Amino acid sequence: MSQKICPIVADKLIKRYGDLLAVDHISFQVNEGEIFGFLGPNGSGKTSTIRMLVGLSQPEGGRASVLGYHLPAEISLAKRYVGVVPDVSNLYDELSALDNLLFMARLYGVPRDEQKSRIDQLLKSFGLYERKDDRFGTFSRGMKRALTIAAALIHEPRLLFLDEPTTGLDAAAARSLRSLISELREKGLTIFLTTHYLEEADLLCDRIAIMVRGKIVRIDTPAGLKRLVQTESIIEFSFRGDVSALAGDLGSRLGGAEAALLDESRVRIYGGDPPQIFDSVFQFSRDNSIGIEAAGTIRPSLEDAFLKITGLSPVVMGTEMGAGKGKGGRQ
Amino acid sequence: MWQDQLRGIYHIALKDMKTYYLKPPAISWGMIFPLAWTLAFYLRSPGDFAELVSGLLAMTILFSTTAAEAVVINFELRLGTLERLLLAPVSITSVLLGKVLGGFLFGLLMTTIVAAASIFYLGLHPDILGLALIAVPSLMVFSSMGALFSVSVKEVFEAQTLLNLPRFFMVFLCGVVYPVSALPEALQLMARLLPLTYTVQGLQASFFPVGGPVFLQDFVILLIFLILFLLPAVRLLHRRFR
Repeated sequence: MSQKICPIVADKLIKRYGDLLAVDHISFQVNEGEIFGFLGPNGSGKTSTIRMLVGLSQPEGGRASVLGYHLPAEISLAKRYVGVVPDVSNLYDELSALDNLLFMARLYGVPRDEQKSRIDQLLKSFGLYERKDDRFGTFSRGMKRALTIAAALIHEPRLLFLDEPTTGLDAAAARSLRSLISELREKGLTIFLTTHYLEEADLLCDRIAIMVRGKIVRIDTPAGLKRLVQTESIIEFSFRGDVSALAGDLGSRLGGAEAALLDESRVRIYGGDPPQIFDSVFQFSRDNSIGIEAAGTIRPSLEDAFLKITGLSPVVMGTEMGAGKGKGGRQ
Repeated sequence: MWQDQLRGIYHIALKDMKTYYLKPPAISWGMIFPLAWTLAFYLRSPGDFAELVSGLLAMTILFSTTAAEAVVINFELRLGTLERLLLAPVSITSVLLGKVLGGFLFGLLMTTIVAAASIFYLGLHPDILGLALIAVPSLMVFSSMGALFSVSVKEVFEAQTLLNLPRFFMVFLCGVVYPVSALPEALQLMARLLPLTYTVQGLQASFFPVGGPVFLQDFVILLIFLILFLLPAVRLLHRRFR
């Protein structure tokens, strides 16, 4: 009986850059056929982790395996079955779409008699067949992204790393790419996805790991993550003026609740007793002569869960001014 | 495993030929520049043209192999395409060897054209085996030298600028236009430390046999230069990715 292999297993993985511990003893595993989201703020260590897993850098501690091959010793073997879409579309500007895919097919050792059919199939799936003879350099950003993904699929990988696949794409291109990613999952491909778009992660991922300052702070399903914030109330206020300068004042009135300034006039308040929050904010509005345009409770989103877990938000009034409940990580 | 590496080296070289080498800038540096240079010397003393052939071929080898080699690695490092190659089952060493092979193949093409044209035009009868025994390692040596300069610097233009110094230094010192024996003793000593001296010497011997094991000696010395250029280039490229 064959043993089922987890496509990715990381055990206490470490990566240092000088004194900076970029990846700090992280452990996780990715199951076969799932889309595993890897989220975190900039500089949290996501890219360092991916670079180790795809063989572009070596771990300095811990153990990892990709498709059962141990890193870094067996990375060359693993690479045969791994596709990688980096955050930048880095194919050759001077080569046509067809030549780029042909080069990748040859590099990965795709049998000669299968090269043409695979290339044609991918170009058709990605809507690029009509432009197959055009140079990559002449493509739009969305088309470049699509061809970069096609290039990563040319050798029919079992595991696909997608680093920020929809960044910089317009809404239509991003939507079509997302549906393509879903199709790939349906075909049984395991996908390791990093994205800045939380809605995208919510929509696509089976499980999500959240990384902060080199550590994985939570791994759960999107629903599981959202449940973390479902127990507390979330109220959003839109003011008629700029309240950013009054953040400290508002924060000091909220008791145990935490407030995040979404922009200069919008504030989201997490936790606390809702009637008391409304009273406090209305009083704040009267005292500072700033009208309230809208107020309402909102359904917790993955973004709320992410903000709560990472301790990040654009501005956290209570914490910054020392009047909040003090989840020290927020900045 | 090794099949993956060999396949990678071969296809990277072919891709580089198509992408960078068979383009006007590389061709002009690789062939037109040495031809123009040689023509200038020919016009000065037309009777001695046959003696200039080994120098012309040596310059073609030097400039064709280094024309784009010094640029392509840095260029691809900047674009991220070199990193793309490393995502495939290909090692850093194989990527560098692929780049060197690309320069070698382009140099071989240019050198073959110039050699064939010179031989037929002047009615020369060189020792073809000797010619190959010198030209092949020389092409690898100078392609590796271009790669070494490329990975030694961060900017694309720096490599070309930096490479011009040894290139022109070698053209003057290594017997391309003046025999090494006609140089002052100190410069002769310096010439002995430069690989192009052995290329010119070996090519000269293939056109005008002098007897003795000249080819073998030059061949071995060129192989030593190949190792001296290739190993640090591989090490530096590894360091760039560390």
